[in-house]
Amino acid sequence: MQDKTLKQLEKQAEAIRESIVEMVEHAGSGHIAGPLGMSDIMTALYFRIMRHDPKDPTWSERDIFLMSNGHCVPVQYATMAHAGYFAKKELLTLRQLGTRLQGHPEREALPGLENTSGPLGSGLSQACGIALSLKIDQNKNRTVYITVGDGELNEGQNWEAIMLAAKYNLDNIVAIVDRNNIQIDGPAEQVMPLESLKDKWESFNWHVQEIDGHNLEAIIDACAMARAVSGKPSVIIAHTIPGKGVHFMEGDFRWHSGAPTHPQAEEALRDLRSMRGKIIYD
Amino acid sequence: MSDNKILEEPIKNGFGKGLAKAAQEDSNIVALCADLTESTQISLFKKEFPERFIEVGVAEQNLVSVASGMAKMNKIPFISSYAAFCPGRSWEQIRTTICINNQNVKIVGSHAGLGVGPDGATHQALEDIALMRVLPNMQVFAPADSTEAQKITIAIAKTKSPSYIRLSRQPVPTFTKQAGEFKIGEGVRLKEGHQITILSTGTATWHALQAGLKLKEEGIDAEVLHFPTIKPLDRKMIIESAKKTKRFITVEDHQIAGGFGSAVAEVVSEEFPIPTIRVGVEDKFGQSGTPDELFRLYGITSTNIIKKAHQLIKKTS
Repeated sequence: MQDKTLKQLEKQAEAIRESIVEMVEHAGSGHIAGPLGMSDIMTALYFRIMRHDPKDPTWSERDIFLMSNGHCVPVQYATMAHAGYFAKKELLTLRQLGTRLQGHPEREALPGLENTSGPLGSGLSQACGIALSLKIDQNKNRTVYITVGDGELNEGQNWEAIMLAAKYNLDNIVAIVDRNNIQIDGPAEQVMPLESLKDKWESFNWHVQEIDGHNLEAIIDACAMARAVSGKPSVIIAHTIPGKGVHFMEGDFRWHSGAPTHPQAEEALRDLRSMRGKIIYD
Repeated sequence: MSDNKILEEPIKNGFGKGLAKAAQEDSNIVALCADLTESTQISLFKKEFPERFIEVGVAEQNLVSVASGMAKMNKIPFISSYAAFCPGRSWEQIRTTICINNQNVKIVGSHAGLGVGPDGATHQALEDIALMRVLPNMQVFAPADSTEAQKITIAIAKTKSPSYIRLSRQPVPTFTKQAGEFKIGEGVRLKEGHQITILSTGTATWHALQAGLKLKEEGIDAEVLHFPTIKPLDRKMIIESAKKTKRFITVEDHQIAGGFGSAVAEVVSEEFPIPTIRVGVEDKFGQSGTPDELFRLYGITSTNIIKKAHQLIKKTS
């Protein structure tokens, strides 16, 4: 898994996108644009960056991944299935009665999920708690990775956690903001302006990087840099295109939530397949 | 109260001592506070174990979810603020990141009830029992005094369950038994009786006991039951007493809607319906005043309990 080339990672991200379309269509509800936009980030995390073992989800020295923007969990399920945590056919149980793949992530439902989320804004706080515990235990090997939505940053609790992480020098946190600029009510900058987002994080004493969230090499390099930073927590603002790879979803806030119809899903899959090798990762 | 010449002590002292004691035995215990270290008595822990103490500032939502993250790493976090703010402000974080997430966090809500006194309605949490007992996975405790607070703190530190302890601010008589360990989920029979049962929780139990003793002087044989554990509730003790006395009065320093009295009424209405009167705050907010003035105004006194007992006996005889 560690040895995948960038080209192989690109192919992996595309396969994950196809799974997302299939599973959300089959579920008949859920979120699709965000997950498609986060596929490259999740591929980079699970297939290159993080220390983890799909066959041993409770490995005591694993890195910890939290998805604070829990509504995007289809991308996490798809990525975990492709990484070998469970069989890919289980992806089609998403949101069904008795499934391990709950509509929003539930820690106790599925081995490999590290937290319960969905109600926005509490992931960074949990990341702080994990990072503080690692500091108390003097464990310097493990890193907490967390994805946060941009609309999610409207929640005040994030900023409580952002202050605390800086206060306690939690340099074992790598936060990735999925800056896709959509939320339920419209473009994120219209619903509640966040800019200048980079300046905000910097003024809270975080190390900040801004990258193209579809550039796998940039994601990998930024995470390596974030891990190398000492004495302060790191955030990577990853600019992504919601619905990436499906032309009629890209950038359209109306696809924040809601499942595609069968014809739409087929069109989406055609799009993704025709884009194979053409999604620009530079 | 002072007539009885019993030592009076703020209940938080017992919590502070219990936490420090539990932490000596278990190095996984950590404590987090939201800018109220002294007034919740978490300061004792902080002094002894500074490396295990986290100050989150005035941020109760963060307080809860940081603790959830620490519990994930096998720490046993005790978090503390005023009950009006935690669980008051942070209920959703408790629901999601502690209860659904099933993380072993101990929430200590201090300054609960009218006994907060002069600070007024905003700071008098009268809803916290209801907020916490409705959550799956959560256990709920309300000690009667400092001794019991200490025992509960030590006992819950040894369990894996999310827990809430409700503490009052005002000094209260220390009257519960020193000896023995706290038994989670067990009610305590303070006085045996067969005509009427007074059931109470938290610091209201002192008033319930005084009422039971005075009723005896008036020729009424009241049973007095104290429930330091509100969830899981000692249903067996409640049902046995219901069958015996067939008259209940519940007492709490909390809204009667959704609180301890409601919990008792749920049990008897399902198992053995009997006339039940709930003494507590009746769909109102508190206000500034001394604790004794407020208890008198809102009827959380032995005098009011006695009055209600007479009414109930007259009505059902």
